[in-house]
Amino acid sequence: MKVLVPVKRAIDYNVKARVKADHTGVDLANVKMSMNPFCEIAVEEAVRQQEKGTVSEVLAVSIGPIQAQDTIRTAMAIGADRGLLLQTDLDPQPLAVAKLLKAIVDEEKPDLVIMGKQAIDGDNNAAGQMLAGLLDWPQATFASKIEISGKTATVTREVDGGLQTIEVTLPAVITVDLRLNEPRYASLPNIMKAKKKPLEVRDAASLSVDMAPRLRVVTVTEPPKREAGVKVADAAELAAKFKAAGLL
Amino acid sequence: MAVLIIADHGEGVLRDATHKTVTAATQIGTEIDILVAGKGIDAIAASAAKIAGVRAVLTAESDALGQGLAEAFASLTVPLMAGYDALLVSATAQGKNIAPRIAAKLDVAQISDVIAVVSADTFVHPIYAGNALETVQSSDPKKVLTVRASAFDSAAEGGSAKIRSVDPGPGAPGTKFISDAMVKSDRPELAGAKIVVSGGRALGSAEEFQSAIEPLADKLGAAVGASRAAVDAGYAPNDYQVGQTGKVVAPDLYLAIGISGAIQHLAGMKDSKIIAAINKDPDAPIFAIADYGLVQDYKVAVPEMMKALDALK
Repeated sequence: MKVLVPVKRAIDYNVKARVKADHTGVDLANVKMSMNPFCEIAVEEAVRQQEKGTVSEVLAVSIGPIQAQDTIRTAMAIGADRGLLLQTDLDPQPLAVAKLLKAIVDEEKPDLVIMGKQAIDGDNNAAGQMLAGLLDWPQATFASKIEISGKTATVTREVDGGLQTIEVTLPAVITVDLRLNEPRYASLPNIMKAKKKPLEVRDAASLSVDMAPRLRVVTVTEPPKREAGVKVADAAELAAKFKAAGLL
Repeated sequence: MAVLIIADHGEGVLRDATHKTVTAATQIGTEIDILVAGKGIDAIAASAAKIAGVRAVLTAESDALGQGLAEAFASLTVPLMAGYDALLVSATAQGKNIAPRIAAKLDVAQISDVIAVVSADTFVHPIYAGNALETVQSSDPKKVLTVRASAFDSAAEGGSAKIRSVDPGPGAPGTKFISDAMVKSDRPELAGAKIVVSGGRALGSAEEFQSAIEPLADKLGAAVGASRAAVDAGYAPNDYQVGQTGKVVAPDLYLAIGISGAIQHLAGMKDSKIIAAINKDPDAPIFAIADYGLVQDYKVAVPEMMKALDALK
């Protein structure tokens, strides 16, 4: 069984995003970039399934600038077998990402796509569901547990108010949530090994996919700042503040 | 402009998020219909019909819709969208599950987590965990939005919309529902609660979380939340998590206990009307955004707070 795992190069999750002075976006110059944390969980899951014997091949696909090769190498150090970069200096929106991924799915014919539920830059939480829709495949979003057996995957999902378990017929798209697993730290030997794994770079434009942005960014601003308020001496004073605010 | 809203409901009741989404819809168009999809939804449809400003309520019933399966929602909604210019869904886990699939099938973008409507094609939404607000203008013929309900006021009651049923569509052939494991609670729902009491890593154990945070929440009539650190440590269930990757809340009062205030947590609660924090570390980042701060060990502060609330009530 072949699994395709899309991986995104994004701002490192420990870095605080700062809005550019001209309000055209977030300043990413000289900012540490890493693999989006949800993508890491997706790669880890695909590799664990491979270690369990349910998966035979893990293909990591990234869409982005040439530096996204590093992100693919990170996926390979975790255990992905092979990489593909669809190179573009545009920042494709989720619908375009889904269309590019669909083109690769049509070529590669994986049995399963496992991907992060969202990227921590755009926070859209959309590409996986969109890909499933374009492919007309079942989707299982926000997975906290995945069991693959034959032509089905049983997925426990984090839903409003608890958990839901569904069974999807493969091929399918699964998007992963935080509690699915804790990604391993890649060992030095595995990082070295990753450098020798096959990584193909293709021009994203060569896929003849409609990548035109549907949303025009009008402006990007900082959210209104909250100021620190007052310190209170004890819990009774705090309770009195609640009462004064009409909260009790 | 005609706007379709997919109702947010659960446990047999229409959630207030639907009323808030109606308010967002009124800023986009004047013909507003609500689609109530699920199983056993008559009472919910009747509630939806009473929201002021709603033209019609459409109902669709099937097992797959009752189970919330995205494929069923997409095959129901996509054909209906021929008659609408915009689709609004509240930005819950379920809304996020279904809306992008519908958008892709319509070949349009989704605008996620909308917090303000600038005009019928221009919207504001947070990106980078709320560290930036992006205003985008859509060139698509139809708009698909998930709406962060906490950013909008509730639409008033007083409507009398017509209710009619529609074909529920073919369901979700490739997906089989197995089971639900819902956390049973008499407390208000976290996403819509007026008061939220949240606990963090300082609680130290699940037992401590239950014995310190939960009674205080019950006394305040509050929902219970938790930081990611507390959830990851197993002190609280995952659906308590408030933050960038958990639930985003904006209650009238957010009381953070033993929470230091990591960026990713603040992203989920910084739009609360009043933020109060109890933490023994005077340098905890949460104090930089708290309206009221109490520098004290929660082990002292929480019992005192319980007593003080009894005295005030």
